[in-house]
Amino acid sequence: MDSYEKLKTARKNGRPTGEAYVKGIIEFPFELHGDRRFGDDLAIMGGVGFIDKHPVTFLAMEKGTDLPSRLARNFGCPKPEGYRKALRLMKQAEKFHRPVICFVDTLGAYPGADAEERGQGQAIAESIMEMMGLRTPVISIVIGEGGSGGALALASANKVFILENAVYSVISPEGCASILWKESTPENVAKAADCLHITAQDMKSLGVAEKVIREDFDHFDKMCAGIKLRLLDTIEEFAAMSEEEIVEQRYQRFRKFGVFDEK
Amino acid sequence: MSFINDFLEKVSTPSAKVQHVTCKKCNHEETKYNLYKNNYICPNCGYYYRLGARSRLELLCDKNSFHELHNGLTSKDFLEFPGYQEKLDKAMSTTREEDAVVCGIASVAGNEFAVFVMDSKFIMASMGSVVGEKITRLFEYATEHKLPVIGFTASGGARMQEGVLSLMQMAKVSGAVKNHSNAGLLYITVLTDPTTGGVTASFAMQGDIILSEPNALVGFAGRRVVEQTTKSKLPDNFQSAEFLLEHGFVDAIVPRAELRDTLAELLTIHKRSV
Ligand SMILES: [Zn+2]
Repeated sequence: MDSYEKLKTARKNGRPTGEAYVKGIIEFPFELHGDRRFGDDLAIMGGVGFIDKHPVTFLAMEKGTDLPSRLARNFGCPKPEGYRKALRLMKQAEKFHRPVICFVDTLGAYPGADAEERGQGQAIAESIMEMMGLRTPVISIVIGEGGSGGALALASANKVFILENAVYSVISPEGCASILWKESTPENVAKAADCLHITAQDMKSLGVAEKVIREDFDHFDKMCAGIKLRLLDTIEEFAAMSEEEIVEQRYQRFRKFGVFDEK
Repeated sequence: MSFINDFLEKVSTPSAKVQHVTCKKCNHEETKYNLYKNNYICPNCGYYYRLGARSRLELLCDKNSFHELHNGLTSKDFLEFPGYQEKLDKAMSTTREEDAVVCGIASVAGNEFAVFVMDSKFIMASMGSVVGEKITRLFEYATEHKLPVIGFTASGGARMQEGVLSLMQMAKVSGAVKNHSNAGLLYITVLTDPTTGGVTASFAMQGDIILSEPNALVGFAGRRVVEQTTKSKLPDNFQSAEFLLEHGFVDAIVPRAELRDTLAELLTIHKRSV
């Protein structure tokens, strides 16, 4: 599959969305609502549960699975209150020393007038900055689309996994095509998707994701069991580290990103 | 610094006294020299000309106090992105800068600080690896030397020609800002026109104190995209500094002529006796 095919696959209706992974991976999930400031954004669901014997906090972007739920979930495009809810739950996880598991799937943060009024940029900025200092491990899994800053706000993590047909990009290929070539025709979008290097395999080679996870939606339970085992391994790996080491590992993970010439 | 001398020469040469520039907003013509004397504000309509990094530093810093750090880094077209190398070459030759941010240490009214200034004349100050790396190094330097940071933001957002690695710069810089903050050090951002996208969604909004120039455009999503999403006409002041102040996302809007004194005072207030 080329990048454009992958992009279409990542967005395909019927592909499992965030809530399905929460149900498939987290035991006894209990959802927690609201940002305590403005409202409750259903584009991000969050709560607590177990992975094996480990209590965890989970956060999942949810696009919805049919028209009513897609509308309710704002098609998985979070507003500032979504990011503020996520941050509240991450700080709570830090307080109670439990790992945070994020399922990332969004076209991007919602670009509406109300979101701008309530400080979309500030909400994402705060989320990223606080995540970079969080004294508990964060593991993020890109399950569909990793759309720009809106995705990074739940992926400034200690480790990032990505599903084999998921994508992660600085800008949507449509946005890129319309800036570069004025029109986002399918040909231009395909070309932009190639130029931007958005595939899971690209993420692996750039170091942006540690692991690519095989998809097997026909045996979704089995696939979730596999992901759970990986998460369990990773949680135990971090359990052996001090809080300082966890923060430092995350810092160094991001510190290395960048390609440039130096005199 | 030599560039400041260059600059002063440029504006004080006889040619600068006769060379005119035209205001983008009201078409008023003014000599370069008069404009410089007026802090690059149109004397007719009050329009704020966008400043290059060096002009900004020249307005802000005590004379000869600026010392550049972390230069020598240049961008690389590592994804072989169509047109990127040409864009870089053109930006480097028109701005005579290596990339879209200049970093260093300086003083204002005797107060030392670390500073970064983004330059919208360089590919709309989009943030790629170099911008992210230089600002990260500046925060690391400031943390090590216990210096406050003043950052002038301007940006069209993350630099798409560097793909997802430009997105990663947001987290990289944010980590360095966080460490600086944890060390009890002051970070002041000054939002300038235009500050958008990934820069707004990271270090522009992470200051302890966030100032803005009047009328600066500051937002996350582009106005056109917001209009398409909202399907209604947006107010004229949408995403302006004044709009942000009204909604609680900016501490103060400071006219350019008062900025130097304001920053000097804020630095003094945060000075701790050793
Ligand atoms: Zn004018």
